[in-house]
Amino acid sequence: MAAVPTCGTGAGGTGPLAAATSKNNVTSFQRKGSRASGTDSGGSRLVSIAGTRPSVRNGQLLVSTGLPALDQLLGGGIAVGTVLLIEEDKYNIYSPLLFKYFLAEGIISRHSLLVASAKEDPANILQELPAPFLDDNCKKEFDEDACNHKTPEPNIEMKIAWRYQLLPKMEAGPVSSSRFGHYYDVSKRIPQELIEASRWHGFFLPEKLSSSLEVEPCSLAHGYLKLLKFIQSIIYEEGFDGSNPQKKQKNILRIGIQNLGSPLWGDDICCTENCSNSHSLTKFLYVLRGLLRTSLSVCVITVPSHLIQNKAVIARVTNLSDTVVGLESFIGSEKETNPLYKDYHGLIHIRQIPRLNNLTCDVSDVKDLGFKLKRKQFTIEVYRDYPESWLKAESTRKMFTCLGLCFVDYTKAFTCVDHNKLWITLRRVRIPEHLTVFMQTCIDQGAVV
Amino acid sequence: MFPELNNLLNTTPDRAEQGKLTLLCDAKTDGSFLVHHFLSFYLKANCKVCFVALIQSFSHYNIVGQKLGVSLTTARERGQLVFLEGLKSSVDVFFRAQEEPHPLQFLREANAETLQPLYEFVREALKPVDSGEAAWRYPVLLVDDLSVLLSLGVGVVAVLDFVHYCRATVCWELKGNMVALVHDSVDTEDEENDVLLNGLSHQSHLILRAEGLATGFCRDVHGQLTILWRRALRTTAQREQILTYQYKIQDKNVSFFARGMSPAVL
Repeated sequence: MAAVPTCGTGAGGTGPLAAATSKNNVTSFQRKGSRASGTDSGGSRLVSIAGTRPSVRNGQLLVSTGLPALDQLLGGGIAVGTVLLIEEDKYNIYSPLLFKYFLAEGIISRHSLLVASAKEDPANILQELPAPFLDDNCKKEFDEDACNHKTPEPNIEMKIAWRYQLLPKMEAGPVSSSRFGHYYDVSKRIPQELIEASRWHGFFLPEKLSSSLEVEPCSLAHGYLKLLKFIQSIIYEEGFDGSNPQKKQKNILRIGIQNLGSPLWGDDICCTENCSNSHSLTKFLYVLRGLLRTSLSVCVITVPSHLIQNKAVIARVTNLSDTVVGLESFIGSEKETNPLYKDYHGLIHIRQIPRLNNLTCDVSDVKDLGFKLKRKQFTIEVYRDYPESWLKAESTRKMFTCLGLCFVDYTKAFTCVDHNKLWITLRRVRIPEHLTVFMQTCIDQGAVV
Repeated sequence: MFPELNNLLNTTPDRAEQGKLTLLCDAKTDGSFLVHHFLSFYLKANCKVCFVALIQSFSHYNIVGQKLGVSLTTARERGQLVFLEGLKSSVDVFFRAQEEPHPLQFLREANAETLQPLYEFVREALKPVDSGEAAWRYPVLLVDDLSVLLSLGVGVVAVLDFVHYCRATVCWELKGNMVALVHDSVDTEDEENDVLLNGLSHQSHLILRAEGLATGFCRDVHGQLTILWRRALRTTAQREQILTYQYKIQDKNVSFFARGMSPAVL
């Protein structure tokens, strides 16, 4: 056994080794302005990359997802060097849209693209990207769009249900010509010249598999192994990780992987509960994240998680990704006919937001988010389910009758209060002792009431 | 380190106990703030720390550490901190064949039976240096986190063996401490993870469990922390002591308060 552990270039060596190992230290997690860690001069060039902006909270470099509303929910955008996992909706109708928004944003911002799919040729995926809204036409398009739908939001000021008016509104239209986050028209295709001017790499699994398989087994499905090697070769050759002496890259690589985990990749986690190789996808995600953290790239993956039967795998995949967003569409479910959701096509759940370089993260206060695919746009809105009682309150106000209301979230209050104090209070108020003892034993022993 | 958490645990960097295994677990929330606490605590206590960081990159811990008052780069240069960056090393191990066994060798194998290379790395990093230079007080091993090893194809028995070997070396032989984070898979039926968590709960002296509130997201109370001290068998007179607090994470600090006493509620 060797006396000194050889840990490659990554492990923290002691003493003089540390200086030698820091040569490959290009990461995107650099604090703007304070470069006390003494890494290479990548700090100044990061600020000037088109289509990126530093995060307000921690100076992290962010890129747009292509949907400004989603950027707002994720704390400004996706951080460079991280993975955004999109859990597909049941019939895979809306998640390809988010995927295409991400790629279209890359083309408009002149980032490099890497598109990987086992089902569809990347060239075809790029042909179907939505066209960007141009600033002079946008206002006309949005007004036209608004007239076609009746506005459910009353402009009448609410006096009792005023808290609903304070709920944040999502950005629905282009504000002005901004260089971060653009709006796209899904009814039109992106102009061909924009695709041709962009730099993209495609990975279509059936083409790559036709070449001979390497012999080395390492428990990854061969689709994943080939994809990892392809991504690593592009990152190295194009210089996104700064280790190639010939190439100095000042751009971001946007990686989009579609339907990861589906049987087309050679993985069977979507087919059975006890799959032969359940670590394939998780290992792939781990090594992918390692590649991303050491390069100027960002990755969006769509996973058909509703097909994965082993819940443990879903939990592990979520833990191994940085940001996780889930789409739930109403097609075929009982929510389709529910009047509460009649204006929306589905719900969007922000399941996880990473804490990068920080103890906290920007979790949005709003949890009820619905999405709607309009004729030209995919929008995300806070869905307002006005309870009957609130509407009743508004109508009584108009009739000038007196009404007193008090709303208390008992469940939340119950968890936040010390139970011992509750029992003491109940006794002081002279609730019969046998009732108090009954409640106390029920709660303390964890019985479900 | 968070001064309030030190008060709750009744320790300071100067007089911390030795030879202890501390288990951190989180359920439905992110318990990484506890890892940052212990990392800065032991660096301030002038201990030699070996940090096996499998989840995040070095710069992440460094930037948070600076907010808590320690500089990881300085500690690494001085030799006080040995940092194994899992994400970066995994790329090297995976794509380039290594001549000598690498601590993360298990990534290349189909079903990793043993974590011995990783254990050898830890032992090498923490062995006492005989040259008589500035001696550190005692060695500490910090692992963030053990659940990810299960996701990478290592068997649960191999992980438990690794913890056992490390505990024998670090806690018993070198009289140091060990801290490890494990995720608790509450309703996801991850049997391997449950086995790992149960096994470690029985071995550890102190368990810190961070949970999200049962009623969901709350802006002012981010979660609940349960602290469990396990006494050695000899002193059966003292039973296990369990304390529960709620906490709120701020930019540079975490504030703890008794249940129901959140400043937002009062």
